[in-house]
Amino acid sequence: MSGAARRAPGARREAAAGLLFALPALLGLALFVLGPFLFAVAVSFTDLHLGSPLPVHFVGLRAYRRLFEDPVFLRALVNNAGFALVVVPVQTAAALALALLLDRPSRLRGLYRTLFFMPVVFPLSLVSVVWVLLYAPGPEGTVNALMHWLSLGHWRARDFLHDPALALPALMLTSVWQGLGFQMIVLLAGLQEIPAERYEAARVDGAGAWARFRHVTLPGLRNPLVFVVLITSVLAFRLFDQVRIMTHGGPDYATTTLIYEAVRAAFDRGNVARGAAISVVFFVVVLGVALVQRRLVRERRELA
Amino acid sequence: MRRTLTTGLRHAALLVSAAAFLAPVAFLVVGSFKPEGRILADAGSWRAFFPAHWTLDNYRDVFARVDFVRFLLNSLLINGAMVLSGLAVNSLAAYALARLRWAGRPFVLGLVLATLVVPFEAIAVPLFYGLSAIGWRDDWSVQVVPFVANPLSIWLFYVFFAGLPRELEEAARVDGAGVLRTFLTVVVPNARAAFATVAIVTLLFYWGMYLWPLLMTAGPHARPLPLAIATFYTLPPLRWGDILAFGTLMVAPVLLLFILFQRAFVRGVAATGIKG
Repeated sequence: MSGAARRAPGARREAAAGLLFALPALLGLALFVLGPFLFAVAVSFTDLHLGSPLPVHFVGLRAYRRLFEDPVFLRALVNNAGFALVVVPVQTAAALALALLLDRPSRLRGLYRTLFFMPVVFPLSLVSVVWVLLYAPGPEGTVNALMHWLSLGHWRARDFLHDPALALPALMLTSVWQGLGFQMIVLLAGLQEIPAERYEAARVDGAGAWARFRHVTLPGLRNPLVFVVLITSVLAFRLFDQVRIMTHGGPDYATTTLIYEAVRAAFDRGNVARGAAISVVFFVVVLGVALVQRRLVRERRELA
Repeated sequence: MRRTLTTGLRHAALLVSAAAFLAPVAFLVVGSFKPEGRILADAGSWRAFFPAHWTLDNYRDVFARVDFVRFLLNSLLINGAMVLSGLAVNSLAAYALARLRWAGRPFVLGLVLATLVVPFEAIAVPLFYGLSAIGWRDDWSVQVVPFVANPLSIWLFYVFFAGLPRELEEAARVDGAGVLRTFLTVVVPNARAAFATVAIVTLLFYWGMYLWPLLMTAGPHARPLPLAIATFYTLPPLRWGDILAFGTLMVAPVLLLFILFQRAFVRGVAATGIKG
């Protein structure tokens, strides 16, 4: 009785404190994330154009219809998808390989980990400028010289960033170099969570190295792997900094991307409706990737 | 015999990968100490990574051409304010969500999870128009305030707080401490790892931020380092030595921080993956 009487003001104070504690974050998320997002959705159904004297109209899906009839936008979509289809598997496999190589006690492990992670702390703008230099055209460019050496003299110098066939692959390589260390650290931490007994048990059952990798390592890494794939796919669709600095979307739209097109539409041409519509498409793509991956995790969990 | 062979292969693979990762960094740092004419000329040979002639001209040039200290201070101010206010705002919200009973809790938790999937790039354009409409642009605060409340930070704190044993808090409450006192004196000291993780993840995401300051700032007075390097790159005369020297100066503080707090960095990055 007296306990309940003492509880009541405590509970009220707790309720007030809860709201008060959450209030700044609540305001921030509502004003700077949810609000602008809803604004983008609303604007994408209008013909809002900066500097246009005409009144703004609701025009339904016109901005979307125009997007999907626009070869440049479709090219951007294809570029992003292609980027994801190459970078996600390559980067994940390479990160997993490095993590496996490092997953045993060694005096040099800390040093290697530092080296592989180092590019992650580099701002993308700096990375982009350095790689513009490494991709210098002509035989004295670093990448050209390396290819010449690796191909035993068969490689002829190319201008990577101005070559429609090579510009996007060049951006891919730069991104893999910058992002691999992050994935490697996540996977290495995942590897260290797998109990040694499981490997022992598999060994007792006569499993070879490949069987142990297939039946112990991979299932044990499921969550970190899904996370790494998810994050890399999302980053592939966010591609912007490298494009802006290294290629400006060229040559011939070979490297333009969703975000680059959105920024160009809204800022260079004042076409706010188009920019907003691209933002919404971008969000739907990212959400789709996230949902598919979430589903994959859940199904695998049910199977396990 | 076979064992030595695999160990040898393992070390060879690691060595080659390490060289590939180190090469662009070495190119940057070594190039920054070279005379302008040697940078491109040396790029295709081993000299790209070992300078024959050292010079400090590029560094002298950087300080003469732009106000490097100003850009650095801008970056430090923006990131410092973002990390510190972010730690306070997001940890308090996460604590309210993880431990306190109050009416709006399910709604706020839903908002955090919903905004977690909205990428910043999807809202950059509308946010720019909204803030420009009220005349808020071109200063350092507009590069901080919109990013203080961060769903990922709240989520990381939330997971950590939910995993703490309740006994300590209950003991403090029985002793008559209020909710805020309990949080500050009992929870925060036991959650140092979570605070370090969130600080590092925030810094990793925002130190290189490029799109937002590009949209929001007009002149050098509020611009952070990543934008300055792009200006260097587009502003004539194009001098590679200056760019490399500027880049080296720009990455040095984060690199130093990374090497000093490597364990916390690694733990922080790993935490985002395992909890995710």
